[in-house]
Amino acid sequence: MSAKTSEIKLKFLEALQTISNAEELEKIRVEYIGKKGYVTELLKEMKNLSNEEKKTFGQEVNILKNEVNDKISEKREELRLKEIELENSRMPEFDISMPPKLKRGSYHPITLVQRQCEEVFRSMGFAIEDYSEIVTDYECFEALNIPKNHPARDMQDTYYLENGQLLKSHTSAAQNAIYKKYKDALINDGKPIKAIFPGRCFRNEATDACHENTFFQMEGVMVDKNISISNLIFFMKTMLSEVFQKDIKVRLRPGFFPFVEPGFELDISCLICGGDGCPSCKHSGWLELCPCGMIHPEVLRMGGIDPEEYTGFAFGLGLTRLAMMKYGVKDIRDLNSGSLKNLAQFTDDK
Amino acid sequence: MFLSMNWISDFVDLSGLDKLELISKFSLSTAEVENEIFHKGSDISGIVVAEIKSVENHPESKKLHLLKVDIGEAELVDVVCGAPNVKVGMKTAFAKLGAQIGDITITPRKLAGYTSNGMCCSEKEIGISDSNDGIMEITDDLPNGTDLKSVYQIEDIVFEVDNKSLTNRPDLWGHYGIAREFAAIAGRELKPLPKADLSVYNNLKKVDLKIEDPLCYRYSCLQFEGISKHISPVNMRIRLYYCGMRALNFLADLTNYLMLEMGQPMHAFDSRKVEKIRVKRFDKPFKFTTLDGVERDIDENTLMICNGDIPVAIAGIMGGLDSEIVESTSTLTLESATFDASSIRKSTVRLAHRTDASMRYEKSLDPEMTTDAIARFVKLLTDIDEKAVVVSSLTDESAFKYDSINLEFDKAFVNKYTGIEIPDETIIKTLTALGFGVDYANGNFKVVVPSWRSTKDVTMKADIIEEITRIYGYDNFDVNTAAVPLYPVRAAQEKSDEDRIKDILVKRYSMHELHSYIWAYHDEYKALGIEIEDNVELINATNPNIKTIRKAIVPTQLCQLKYNTGFDSDYSVFEIGRVVNGIGDNGLCNERKKLCVSIYSKTKEMEEIYFELRDILCIIADDIKHEKLTFAKKEATHSYQHPKNLNAIICGGKEIGEIGIVNAAVSKKIDKKANIVYAEIDVSDFASVQNASISYKEASRFPEIEIDLSFVTLTYAPIAKAIENANCSFIKDVSVTDTYTDESGKSITIRIIFSHPEKTLSKEEVLEVVNVILADLETQNIKLKNGLPM
Repeated sequence: MSAKTSEIKLKFLEALQTISNAEELEKIRVEYIGKKGYVTELLKEMKNLSNEEKKTFGQEVNILKNEVNDKISEKREELRLKEIELENSRMPEFDISMPPKLKRGSYHPITLVQRQCEEVFRSMGFAIEDYSEIVTDYECFEALNIPKNHPARDMQDTYYLENGQLLKSHTSAAQNAIYKKYKDALINDGKPIKAIFPGRCFRNEATDACHENTFFQMEGVMVDKNISISNLIFFMKTMLSEVFQKDIKVRLRPGFFPFVEPGFELDISCLICGGDGCPSCKHSGWLELCPCGMIHPEVLRMGGIDPEEYTGFAFGLGLTRLAMMKYGVKDIRDLNSGSLKNLAQFTDDK
Repeated sequence: MFLSMNWISDFVDLSGLDKLELISKFSLSTAEVENEIFHKGSDISGIVVAEIKSVENHPESKKLHLLKVDIGEAELVDVVCGAPNVKVGMKTAFAKLGAQIGDITITPRKLAGYTSNGMCCSEKEIGISDSNDGIMEITDDLPNGTDLKSVYQIEDIVFEVDNKSLTNRPDLWGHYGIAREFAAIAGRELKPLPKADLSVYNNLKKVDLKIEDPLCYRYSCLQFEGISKHISPVNMRIRLYYCGMRALNFLADLTNYLMLEMGQPMHAFDSRKVEKIRVKRFDKPFKFTTLDGVERDIDENTLMICNGDIPVAIAGIMGGLDSEIVESTSTLTLESATFDASSIRKSTVRLAHRTDASMRYEKSLDPEMTTDAIARFVKLLTDIDEKAVVVSSLTDESAFKYDSINLEFDKAFVNKYTGIEIPDETIIKTLTALGFGVDYANGNFKVVVPSWRSTKDVTMKADIIEEITRIYGYDNFDVNTAAVPLYPVRAAQEKSDEDRIKDILVKRYSMHELHSYIWAYHDEYKALGIEIEDNVELINATNPNIKTIRKAIVPTQLCQLKYNTGFDSDYSVFEIGRVVNGIGDNGLCNERKKLCVSIYSKTKEMEEIYFELRDILCIIADDIKHEKLTFAKKEATHSYQHPKNLNAIICGGKEIGEIGIVNAAVSKKIDKKANIVYAEIDVSDFASVQNASISYKEASRFPEIEIDLSFVTLTYAPIAKAIENANCSFIKDVSVTDTYTDESGKSITIRIIFSHPEKTLSKEEVLEVVNVILADLETQNIKLKNGLPM
């Protein structure tokens, strides 16, 4: 190696030692192997050499050029790693133990319970129907076989409007419309009527922790050629077991409602004690939950369905009561209060 | 209604059966029994008949007496007694040493220096009446030392049936009807009711009686005199007391006893005051004093019992003061009648006076019962008081008779309704036990409904199913799912839209769902300065604060924001609920389902939350319908609306609601420092917007060209319109990158991204489009601010 190349090499290696960032490195690269760099300049000296010498010197300069190039790449990589290391070390260690900020929305508890019930019935092929809150006397009473002089029609129980309509006092007020909507499919196509209709109901009464003038029910009906009491018990038991996510025992007692015959009060085994008796079930082991029954022949007839050919069952579940039982809400008025301190807790429940 | 097992057992032999189990079966088969069962007298023992042999005043006490009593033992017993009614020769109830009264065991006890070896008891102390004025006086001729429980039915099981569960069973308002149920449940025989033969009085004179109003279905009466007893037998008094009635005097007790036994209310008049019984209504209202001394307003709809033209009783409800039995009464007229149930119920409501009698009449009593009740009354009367004599023949008028009900059905009908197989013999046995006439042949049943079930209760085949199944027991049913054909069920659009709106608002925007009432709250609205306007009204709201139905949810939601003051600095709420927009031409309320959303913020600017809410609505429309919302300025018409920032929301060409800032006049009353915006959308109108489908476009593989343009303009709308007018298929996206105000006014900078699916666009192609847009805007005097960037 000529003294010249050795000297350049030595100078380069020394210079490389002092490099601390990419800009300096680039400067050195230009200084040595750029167009006018020391190494490039060496090649210009070749014209004064013999052919023999040209060959040796050329090789020598090329080797030096490659060496410089490699060293620069090496240095570049070294600097890059250093930079990453520096960036990581500059990042502080964050305190993951800080309390989380849980800004979540919430559903009304009635929505949650209603969705659970709907899901059960939807899975069994029931249609989910909606109905108005303001109905006629015909829908609320007459079509349900509640005669003119029945106590349920007393002014003190029902809110009447100036035009003679009323705020529906039970979801059964939708029955007649449901029958009429589906009767043709039942009669002509043999499609059974299977529907639930959740809705808001109103009773003209004073409110306290256990009484509300505005509450939710969910009515359900099923009509076909051979629907029986046995089926009714099956569906009630299945639905309630699904809603409460445990095996629920049910029992029927005779109950009188003008739109069903036979009519029943359905009790379920107490959710707290499972039937052994506790203060919540007044030590009876049972909770009265929902009225139900076989749809009264007159009610079917008024819905355009021949009771000699078809039978059906109906039930009316108190969604508000169910929500209170499920979530341990003690004051029914909390539900319509709009109190976010209470209601914002119901983030979701599936 | 309280029921005595002893009384029931008069009519059906239940010996050897577990009474509590029977009661719980009754609850499952007939009517709801309240949880608490009363074991009357079970904690009483060692009470015997004692005769007072001597009475001495206590030397130091004015109240106490020192007695010697004979309890049938060799020696008289020394007792200290504080009762005022002690006298020599009187027989009383005596708790011997070792006797048990509730938790107390009787032991020798020092009283004011003297030892009392037992205790003379009042009726209250042994639990057979409320009487605590003195010790019990026993008038029956009983040997001293007789255990009281061996002669009097102190021990009894009493249960209470919820009256509401008997609404439809007029036959269950007396013990005999209840006994029939127990007989059917237990499979035992129902005994006939012991009655007097009234035909022996047929040759006596008739009572002058005329039903002049068809609301009286049947009126039966009988006169008698010579009653010598004033106090009812002990057992009768105990039964009345256990069933919740106070014993009064023999005659009143007997009518009450009969009502509790048969369910037939009865009334006894002084015969001098009812010589000509007429049942009728009056043309004009008048005042009438009932036997409780209360003067009542009688109107022309109230059925009255009269002596000729003088009213003496409100039919089915209460007798009059003037015709009440008094000391000088010698001849009594006993009424046993039935009236139109709803007439009685309405009169009760009008008079605001409900009695044990009216409660029964409201249920449609069996008219066939009136004469049987008199026969039973006479039997009891003459058994107890030998001196009582009947002085008239049975006088009986009918103005209405229920038709006899005959029903026919076959076994297939029962199987279809029940879904199980109940044996024919079980059906026959059950119906027969309940008093139905059954004619059975080859799986066909012909059934005659008994009169006491024919007044409204059993009228059709389905009613018979209930009779069969309730006695069979629902617990004994095989439970089966229904075998029905399967068809798909599609969810209603509105329902699924509603569910998705809720999910978006709760899950994506952390909103809280609330419920509120359907009425407009006068007081709360007023407090916020919101007017009620001409809303539809309730005609019978007891609370004037809730007499109007709301037209919009917004005011209610604003009240709820006020109520939640302090909940958080920033939050948002929504509700899907109903409102009523007046009454339509068809006379029906125009009920609408609305979504109302509000954002409340103390940390963000009004503009920020206003746009936040607008974007939320746009996301809902985009997510559910793939539709774009547009907005159109609206005139404020309600006090809560802002004069400038109120816009109609338009979706699919239809106005579906409004979005706005809350008027400062209202929002300052909610919170001085909070910004509040709201939107209300008609859910049904939104649901009716057709769902646009997703139109997929393959992304271009060629480079895009971005171009930024700044305009001096107050609103963005003309820019959007100009871009739309350019109708350029390779404008891929337009966004606003900046808005600012300087000396030349408000400026909006937009970025347009051009992209062609099949080629790399040239500058010239893009500029051509841009120039079209610029020219369009130029006509509206909207100029490019800094010239073209390229």
